[in-house]
Amino acid sequence: MTAYILRRLLYVLPIALGVTVLVFSLVHLAPGDPLNAVVAPDAPKEVVEQLKRDYGFDKPLPVQYFIWLGRTLTGDLGTSVATGRSVTEALRAAVPNTLVLAAGASLLGFTLGCLFGGIAGYYQGTWIDKLSTAIAITGVSIPHYWLGIVLVIVFAVELNTLPAMGMGPGGSSAWAWDIEHMKHLVLPVVTLSVIPMGIVTRTMRAAMAEILSQEFVQTLRAKGLRSYQVLAHVVKNAAPTVLAVLGLQLGYLMGGSILVETVFSWPGTGFLLNDAIFRRDIPLLQGTILVLAMFFVVLNLMVDILQSAIDPRMART
Amino acid sequence: MSQATETSAAMVDAAQVAAQSRGYWKTVWLRLRGDKVTIACFVVLALIVLSAVLADWLAPADPYKTSMLKRLKPIGTEGFPLGTDELGRDMLSRLLHGGRLSLFMGIVPVVYALVIGGALGLVAGFLGGRVNMLIMRTIDVLYAFPSVLLAVAISGSLGAGVTNAIVSLTVVFVPPIARVTESVTTQVRSLDFVDAARASGAGTFTIIRVHVLSNVLGPVFIYATSLISVSIILAAGLSFLGLGTEPPHPEWGLMLNTLRQSIYVSPWVAALPGVMIFFTSLSFNLMSDGLRSAMDVRL
Amino acid sequence: MSAVVNGARAGGTPLLSVQDLRKYFPVTGGVLNRQLATVQAVDDVSFEVERGETLGIVGESGCGKSTTARLLLALITPDAGRIRYGGKEVGEGAGRIPLRELRRHAQMVFQDSYSSLNPRLTIEDTIAFGPIVHGTPRREARARARDILGKVGLDPNLFIRRYPHELSGGQRQRVNIARALAIQPDLLVLDEAVSALDKSVEAQVLNLLSDLKREFALTYLFISHDLNVVQYVSDRVLVMYLGKVVEVGPVDVMYREPQHPYTRALLSAMPSMDPDRRTEDAPLAGDPPSPINPPSGCRFHTRCPFAQAVCRDREPPLVADVAASGRSVACHLVTPGSGHPDAPAGPSA
Repeated sequence: MTAYILRRLLYVLPIALGVTVLVFSLVHLAPGDPLNAVVAPDAPKEVVEQLKRDYGFDKPLPVQYFIWLGRTLTGDLGTSVATGRSVTEALRAAVPNTLVLAAGASLLGFTLGCLFGGIAGYYQGTWIDKLSTAIAITGVSIPHYWLGIVLVIVFAVELNTLPAMGMGPGGSSAWAWDIEHMKHLVLPVVTLSVIPMGIVTRTMRAAMAEILSQEFVQTLRAKGLRSYQVLAHVVKNAAPTVLAVLGLQLGYLMGGSILVETVFSWPGTGFLLNDAIFRRDIPLLQGTILVLAMFFVVLNLMVDILQSAIDPRMART
Repeated sequence: MSQATETSAAMVDAAQVAAQSRGYWKTVWLRLRGDKVTIACFVVLALIVLSAVLADWLAPADPYKTSMLKRLKPIGTEGFPLGTDELGRDMLSRLLHGGRLSLFMGIVPVVYALVIGGALGLVAGFLGGRVNMLIMRTIDVLYAFPSVLLAVAISGSLGAGVTNAIVSLTVVFVPPIARVTESVTTQVRSLDFVDAARASGAGTFTIIRVHVLSNVLGPVFIYATSLISVSIILAAGLSFLGLGTEPPHPEWGLMLNTLRQSIYVSPWVAALPGVMIFFTSLSFNLMSDGLRSAMDVRL
Repeated sequence: MSAVVNGARAGGTPLLSVQDLRKYFPVTGGVLNRQLATVQAVDDVSFEVERGETLGIVGESGCGKSTTARLLLALITPDAGRIRYGGKEVGEGAGRIPLRELRRHAQMVFQDSYSSLNPRLTIEDTIAFGPIVHGTPRREARARARDILGKVGLDPNLFIRRYPHELSGGQRQRVNIARALAIQPDLLVLDEAVSALDKSVEAQVLNLLSDLKREFALTYLFISHDLNVVQYVSDRVLVMYLGKVVEVGPVDVMYREPQHPYTRALLSAMPSMDPDRRTEDAPLAGDPPSPINPPSGCRFHTRCPFAQAVCRDREPPLVADVAASGRSVACHLVTPGSGHPDAPAGPSA
């Protein structure tokens, strides 16, 4: 087990390093000089040279990378060229907001997915199964940003029951556990939850069907266990697979919430990204993407380890 | 047993199965024909594609012609069956024309990724060892990004534009296709018929061409069709963020974005482009599922 | 250490000669995926196959039979050893026989008749593939495929356009044999070629093999775990245990009076209809030890009823048996002067 964890860690390190290389090189994907966004096109040459030195753009690329990596590891993600604010500060405010959204959507999607998938798998071939499968495929095929708009149209424009924008009253940009914030949370969470709902339903249905077909289930039935007791065994066996999907989905939603946050003007990382794209603020873009990708990497690692803790067979591969 | 009786025994055996001899693709086709949902999806997709291709002839109005007077007419307005957008352009015409870019931006990246990722996976899977390590570990790095994030990261850095969006989506779909190709190739490579081909004196290239590709292409192709659905959603999503095509060109994602400002004036018109994205994506998804079960012939 | 192994020499060079063939597979694991151990799958194996004979190779699963077969056709690369075909060493360079050339002369039939046929190719394409690779024009290769399919007892008109999934196991194995024969080889390596078939079908295919052998003047290397089948088809038999050759000799001598305790145990476990043929030896107990870090000395000593200290300490060489011509045994018990207390008195002891 310890050996497995160590091996996973050793495997993740080069990937994390690769992620930093990729994020670093984003600056150089951008057309033109990375300074274009800060410097006016008609700025005097000396000023440009000075800025180049200040930002370290005059050094060779590998050196630039290691300087950047060193700074990043100490928690300094640079300064936004658009606002002059520290990227780390901006992220510190935005990440928790996205986390609230992503966690809420994961939980909702996961619960619904388990329910639909479990029922579909248990009553395979019946109309319930077909309905659940249809819901699942709709969930994965629907453009969720459009679903968000539709929900806004229904609940904010037509019914006027739920707020359409922001995360709290008066442009609140920090989460609070009150009724107003909760109301703001409903539509974005429901919107975002369709993705994990669809995927979890599919996974759960397949896991359920596979386990039910296994002999130990028939043995349990033959032993005279009641169906809920059998179900308990089945759930225990399906847990590792479903857990893995849940972990992955949370990571996906953290990184994938940009569209939904844009629809609902949710002040999270997606909103930051949108802002960065709009103003061509590469340091902000870089920092946000790095943090979200690392979050995903770490989450994957944790899921793997947790999975092998539940089911030791997993650790052997 | 003598050779003669033995041979005749084999021939009796043969006569029994003689009637049902048919190839793999024929079996697949026969199965598909019985699958109503898949056929329906195929028809819907054909209609969507055709209407996009023939938009110039089908569209009742010029999709670029603006009119300040006829802004944001609701669905069912005289002369504008699906209403007008925020600049008074005919929605139906724009939706028909919009299909061109949306389908193009959704399908092309998957095709590119199929070529690039397929080649990488094939090489990694067939050669194994260090080459496999090198290719697959690099792919793993791209895998460390949620797909939306990766698309936004690359598109956001490259800047807006159809080409840039296609590049970024290609990068998004290369890793999953490479992974699937690699795993299928690794499985096929370990089968005895590959060894038998090698023992026949065939070179690596011939073996890949004759024996590996024929067994790998099917599953990888099915997988790629399932990605088109995601790609359509992501491509429109990039446009929605202002990273795809630029106004005034009609494109479903971009239309969804610009109409969002008018959501309180003309809510249901604003939702229309999304309906198109949804139906296209759903049809691709269902068709891919149908293909998968039709081609999953474990004979 | 392996000098001349086979005595039954009709004179002239053997068709195939294998010397000190070795293949170790690494076992990796642990945190850094380091090599933890090696599986000594084939360890210094030497033997010869005469033109026109059938050499049977027997042994329990995991003894290295199949690895040997794959090494012969260079489907896996040996760690050490030399393979000579028709007196010429396999490899590049003057006086050698290139691998591609070897693969024109030697072919292989695999155990799994299903996975050894490409499911996407018709029988015709499968059989014609080899000849086309070796430069036969397509039309001619197709004609040959039809011809050869008839030779293995399948009506070309019925089968040539079929796919593997439409065939029964026996039919598929016939196709595999046809595929191997299509490039007109001299040597056929049959790796458990009939083991997966039903007994009745197995008999048909064995008869077919013996007919084909006569018709095309083939040489067989017949690998099987089934002692009855090996006795039926072989001229000589080679017994392997944990990657080593323990005994080799003419089939009648071997089956009548096996020398090595392992061979004796194997044969005693063989079901026989004839009560007079039952041996008194105890059947083998337990599973063979793991080929990872195999036992020291004689690898069989952990299961051998006659094991002595010398068996644990020294590995017995494969030496010619003076009593029976053409037989060699690797056992201290039967080798004069080996140091085993029960060994026959040797000339120099």
